[in-house]
Amino acid sequence: MMMLRAIGLMLVLTMASVLPSQAAEADLRAAIAKFAAATGFSATEAVVRELAASGDPAVERPLSALADGNLYVRKADSQVFAGKEAGDTIELLDPLSGDKVADAAKTDLTKIKVNNGLRRTIRDALGTLTLRAKDASVRLAAATTMFKTPDAANIEPLDAAIAAETDPAVKTLFEQARAASILVSDKPEADKLAAVSVIAARGDREALSLLTSVEASSQGAVKDAATAAIRAINSTLALWDAGQNIWYGISLGSVLLLAAIGLAITFGVMGVINMAHGEMVMLGAYTTFVVQQVIRTSFPGLFDWSLVIALPLAFLVAALVGLAIERGIIRFLYGRPLETLLATWGVSLILQQAVRTIFGPTNQEVGNPSWMSGSFDVGQLAITWNRLWILVFALLVFGVLLYVMKRTSWGLQMRAVTANRRMAASMGIKTPWVDALTFALGSGIAGIAGVALSQIDNVSPNLGRGYIIDSFMVVVFGGVGNLWGTLVGAFSLGIVNKFLEPYAGAVLGKIVVLVLIILFIQKRPRGLFALKGRAVEA
Amino acid sequence: MRGSFAKITKIVSAGVVAAGLLASASARAADDTIKVGILHSLSGTMAISETTLKDVMLMLIEQQNAKGGLLGKKLEAVVVDPASNWPLFAEKARELISKDKVAAVFGCWTSVSRKSVLPVFSELDNILFYPVQYEGEESERNVFYTGAAPNQQAIPAVDYLMSADGGSVKRWVLEGTDYVYPRTTNKILEAYLKAKGVPAEDIMVNYTPFGFSDWQTEVSAIKKFGSAGKKTAVVSTVNGDANVPFYKELGNQGIKAEDIPVMAFSVGEEELAGLDTAPLVGHLAAWNYFESVDTPENKKFIDDWHKFIKNDKRTTNDPMEAHYIGFNMWVKAVEKAGTTDPDKVIDAMVGVSVPNLTGGYSTMMPNHHITKPVLIGEIQADGQFETVSQTPGLVMGDEWSDYLPDSKDLISDWRAPLSCGNFNVKTGKCGGKGTN
Repeated sequence: MMMLRAIGLMLVLTMASVLPSQAAEADLRAAIAKFAAATGFSATEAVVRELAASGDPAVERPLSALADGNLYVRKADSQVFAGKEAGDTIELLDPLSGDKVADAAKTDLTKIKVNNGLRRTIRDALGTLTLRAKDASVRLAAATTMFKTPDAANIEPLDAAIAAETDPAVKTLFEQARAASILVSDKPEADKLAAVSVIAARGDREALSLLTSVEASSQGAVKDAATAAIRAINSTLALWDAGQNIWYGISLGSVLLLAAIGLAITFGVMGVINMAHGEMVMLGAYTTFVVQQVIRTSFPGLFDWSLVIALPLAFLVAALVGLAIERGIIRFLYGRPLETLLATWGVSLILQQAVRTIFGPTNQEVGNPSWMSGSFDVGQLAITWNRLWILVFALLVFGVLLYVMKRTSWGLQMRAVTANRRMAASMGIKTPWVDALTFALGSGIAGIAGVALSQIDNVSPNLGRGYIIDSFMVVVFGGVGNLWGTLVGAFSLGIVNKFLEPYAGAVLGKIVVLVLIILFIQKRPRGLFALKGRAVEA
Repeated sequence: MRGSFAKITKIVSAGVVAAGLLASASARAADDTIKVGILHSLSGTMAISETTLKDVMLMLIEQQNAKGGLLGKKLEAVVVDPASNWPLFAEKARELISKDKVAAVFGCWTSVSRKSVLPVFSELDNILFYPVQYEGEESERNVFYTGAAPNQQAIPAVDYLMSADGGSVKRWVLEGTDYVYPRTTNKILEAYLKAKGVPAEDIMVNYTPFGFSDWQTEVSAIKKFGSAGKKTAVVSTVNGDANVPFYKELGNQGIKAEDIPVMAFSVGEEELAGLDTAPLVGHLAAWNYFESVDTPENKKFIDDWHKFIKNDKRTTNDPMEAHYIGFNMWVKAVEKAGTTDPDKVIDAMVGVSVPNLTGGYSTMMPNHHITKPVLIGEIQADGQFETVSQTPGLVMGDEWSDYLPDSKDLISDWRAPLSCGNFNVKTGKCGGKGTN
């Protein structure tokens, strides 16, 4: 019977790939029409199963539409359509062919509801139907689904698919899916043992998950093999876990570096305790939001470039605000750290409330461009694109800043003013302007950090609050006045934090890090890389 | 010694109350408006959530005035800004009651702000309407809780996940922000799950600080916990701002709702507004109201709101509905009592029944909690929720959880003759133990 069904399925598959027969199409349409009368998820599920049982790949379109919540019933005549949103109206498409039939207002349609259970059912059904799809990525997705939902009935179609498969990556996954299905079938023990070793070779969490359930449900040699495989996978995964912690630490470190690097200039080089630093980051993030807003309404094609466009603008906005703060407030307060602290704190509150008044108190949506979404795997390590780009970006900003400080005449003047103001002044350097531009530079850098942070955090008026303490921590820990210290400080704090987190939890982990820093500062009050020279005494 | 001291304080406070009443009576006689206090943070970290509630109160008051006011007088809103600063909440509450002579106060969001104003409301004998879902374990004479108690949100949500529709979840991650609401809710949930036969090794509890933004470790721990061959779900009491990076990380690490669904208690339409929800479709939330609920009352409410706020992109959410219910209940109770005197209104409140926005009626119960339907919704690509499950009837708020050893014998009934917020049915005495 099973054999027959599988052959039947294959026949249908081959036939369908040539031309869907008229009769089959009528049957499918009749089945799809049943969605209109199906009330409740279980009724809808029955229709989905019926469609899936037809084995016709043509059902992929209506089923995918249903899974995406795009299948509608027209109230007037209870006809079922796939829908595509176009502004306020919905384009009605034929569920099978995908051709446009008509337009309708949202109120004239009832959307067929789906829930997670239904989406799972549809995904499983599509898995079997798309095994022979033309697109390798679709076949890959099908294999992944079948691996996750092993079923003895899958073995036959998988065998056929393996025989026909040319792509080695897809083929391996097919074999693993077949092995998973063998483990839940009533095949002889030898087959199952072979299947266990195929899955064990995969070596990831999914394999572990599958083997754990196999271990629980079988006896004898299969159980022992599964236990051994689980032990082997666990020991390799433990290694990967350590690697993962390091990567997470580096990634957290890059965020800390970005947030702190502007402060390393304003506080580290100039010695201004700038409590409004976080708000410069926030302004950068809001600039990104405004840029994306303009792009969305006027130039939708440029969306993937939005961050690149936002970078110089964010730098400018934050630098100008920084310049205004320096000229308007801070220059009157040099050498009075307590007053500077209070004044900049006040400025930070003013900026927050100003943003709240202009943009409203709620979070603003800043989208991720496509090249910053999703993740890729290195071995058992999932690396998310946004974190990787932020790391690259942080190092880039650091490099540029280092160049400016060490290799340009402006950088030389900055360092000269920091080292000995009076001597610099008598050499003809306009120290007030160097101060103003240095502060603007630090603020501008904070602004571009905001562009990056808008990708991983909330864009709300409170954005800066979360980073100000961490930024000061990094700068003080790394050694005030030393850019390299900020770099090393950021990464070491990130890594220590992420190594503590799995054991101590996020709350306790943070406390432990703070205590460690306090102890460290007791021992080395000037941080990791203490600045030497006259500036220290000044 | 102790007794006499208590007596003295009682007399003094009675005197204060009497003086206050006299003063307020004369103040009320002097003008023909009724003042309503609005105690929501308009600046600081909580402004993100609370500003909307201030606006919805202003809208409701404006609508009531358009209908001719209350007891023939106009209502007047008195807005103060406690700036997300918990002690300031108590100061501002005192200012509203003593200086502005308000008839009732609508306000607070976090539990800690509510705890900070409680003594003020009982001392000065005024009324607070608290509109947010909370951890329970409290029932005060002067407070009306229009948000959900744990049994009106957390328990039905977990029941749904355990059901076949919800995916027959066997393994649980309880992920929360580190403060009183998640900790108490998770304590209740843990006890509930264990009572349902879930073994301890299938429950993972984890807390993160307020405003947490680096979720990499937590999300990969969830992934790891979920790969033990049993259906896993996350129950999230993560608060406010921390949600956006949490969901972004879930999306980026490819955790799909079909595999490991996340059920959230603090994520509403407002929180989703700052997010691209396409990767989150199917993750869940449990509330007593969704903007997507299709009833004529809700449609009118949303239209009014868009008109009032002059922005038809602004969403509505559950705490807004709670204020809608609470305000209408207060109006009805004042009409019933014929006065705005807090003592009389408090007595008149119990039993008052008003329409909610989900097509039914909500009633104030003797424990000062209300009846509500519980809705489970899935996140959609447009940032709205779609109801996938709804309790068949209304659920009555249970202030003292039946699943915590310290509170399972306690009940609350503010009607005479009992008039007690923590009556112990075992000992037959008023004054039992709560967990916080």
